[in-house]
Amino acid sequence: MDWWDFLLVVVRVVGVFALLMVVTVLLVWIERKLVADMQNRLGPMRAGPHGVLQTVADGLKLFFKEQITPAKSEFLIYMLAPALSVITAFLMFLVVPFARPFDITLGGEVRSFTFQAMDLNISVLYVLAISSIAVYAVVLAGWSSGSKYPLLGGVRATAQAISYEAAMGLSLVALIMFIAVQNRGGDVMSMAAIVDFQAETYAATDGFLSFLNPIITRVPKWFILPQVIPFVIFAIAGVAETNRAPFDLVEAEQELVAGFHTEYSGMRFAMFFLAEYINMFTMSALMVTLFFGGWGGPFLDTIALSGGPWLAAVVSFGYFMAKVFVFLFLFIWIRASFPRLRYDQLMDLGWKRLIPGALLWLVASSLALAIRQFGLPWT
Amino acid sequence: MMGIIGDLLKGMGVTGRQLIATVFGDGMITTEYPKEFREKPDRFHGRHVLNRYEDGMEKCIGCELCAGACPARCIYVRGKENPADAPVSPGERFGFVYEINMLRCIFCALCVEACPTEAITMTHLFEMSTTNREDAIYTKTELLINEDGSANHMFPDDRLANLPELLKADGWMRATAPQGRVEYEGIPGWTPSAGVGLRPPEVGQSGDAVAAPDSTVPTDATSLGLHSDEEQ
Repeated sequence: MDWWDFLLVVVRVVGVFALLMVVTVLLVWIERKLVADMQNRLGPMRAGPHGVLQTVADGLKLFFKEQITPAKSEFLIYMLAPALSVITAFLMFLVVPFARPFDITLGGEVRSFTFQAMDLNISVLYVLAISSIAVYAVVLAGWSSGSKYPLLGGVRATAQAISYEAAMGLSLVALIMFIAVQNRGGDVMSMAAIVDFQAETYAATDGFLSFLNPIITRVPKWFILPQVIPFVIFAIAGVAETNRAPFDLVEAEQELVAGFHTEYSGMRFAMFFLAEYINMFTMSALMVTLFFGGWGGPFLDTIALSGGPWLAAVVSFGYFMAKVFVFLFLFIWIRASFPRLRYDQLMDLGWKRLIPGALLWLVASSLALAIRQFGLPWT
Repeated sequence: MMGIIGDLLKGMGVTGRQLIATVFGDGMITTEYPKEFREKPDRFHGRHVLNRYEDGMEKCIGCELCAGACPARCIYVRGKENPADAPVSPGERFGFVYEINMLRCIFCALCVEACPTEAITMTHLFEMSTTNREDAIYTKTELLINEDGSANHMFPDDRLANLPELLKADGWMRATAPQGRVEYEGIPGWTPSAGVGLRPPEVGQSGDAVAAPDSTVPTDATSLGLHSDEEQ
């Protein structure tokens, strides 16, 4: 660890921060535009061409707004809750690799420049842990506001988080088990390792399907193919975890005014808003990383050889953003299409469908893996 | 279970179709309003104007029938004897004071129906917001159209003062003769208002050969299609 390493860490962290801010600004605009288009409206049109700068304008406006504090609030917690929500949102993205790493010579030493703020060997656990802490921000904001609707929103957040985090964790257990068996002792939960593993392609078969080999050997081993059900559960739980429609009971406007952030104004509200969109982006990025090969895509090695590793990094970042945008589009599309779930339906879906489904898949998947590794018990 | 998924996909199909229609087709319903003005329906009830005859005489005779017909009691009229040397209107009296309180007006056009001389008609202008209550009371200064047929506006330099809208006649249709002439008896036609003149009749109305909207009121019965009526 010398100064160059330190500098690289700083560059990476600042890079991730900048990426998330830019993505949020664009994402808010994209969401408003897409929802407007789905409702035959124009959407924001005034600030900048087609309203691109609308988010910036809104942010500036919120920056100058008065910060109203309710008289009955628990001031310290009331003030810290938005910070907690935005900090956890930033922290969660740190482990996501978003472009192809390359080697760089600095200070006479070859170092690997990764597009990922840090690669933990427990990344998946880390993500689950941080997303649980993020719920505390909502709960504490609701409780400390000293007002009844935010409190109801906070209580709902607690129940929702418990029901959906269990399903999310269980769906990832099956995935991790699958990786552990396939990866033969390598890093199991490191995001970089997961992406590298998915970059491999399927081996050629010599059976009657061998005429398909030119295609099969080009298909990457994305985990979506063997692990569809965990993906579906993870996606549903991800929408619920980010408190977005149709699972936005926490801030249900028609019932709870604005839910947990009713009493927040100005930049404190803006922090919750920022956190929501960062979380949405992170969830999509996690789906891409865990199930759709991360930044992986066709021709990356060829590009790295002919055009240089920088170009490969840029192209892989393009692949990553394209994949993430597909899921962001789905998030927005779902929000524009479906009404909010009733509270009992939310609980029903969590406890009676997703958790049993994840458990069943876990059992079935582990049986299949065991049989594949050790053979059938009677042979 | 499959039923639910099918329903969900159906719901997303609806929004997806609207997205495609809005982006690639003609699904967009809203317009960017102050930049782009929409064509209003013919019978739109907008701000009133007080009309003149072609020779410049005011049509209003100060009879106060509009004020009587007004359900919102927003019209105040005071008539006055026409000065013999310089008459303002062709009749005995003229509208000396004419005020409409736009805060009260419900734009029902009963005043237009009540008017015996078609002096008051409605136009297509609806941008009438003001910053104080006094500006909402329109007097003859704003309501009366000029002798050249142009209309007045309280704030003509305002960005939203869409003056051409004031020249678009309302669609109120009279079953009786316009201007009370004998040869128009029983012929329905568009009322000439705001210096616009007659409009072509709509489907189902008799008299299919009326002068173009921007020409003056026709004077002979032939151009009104009287003969074609007789043939029927």
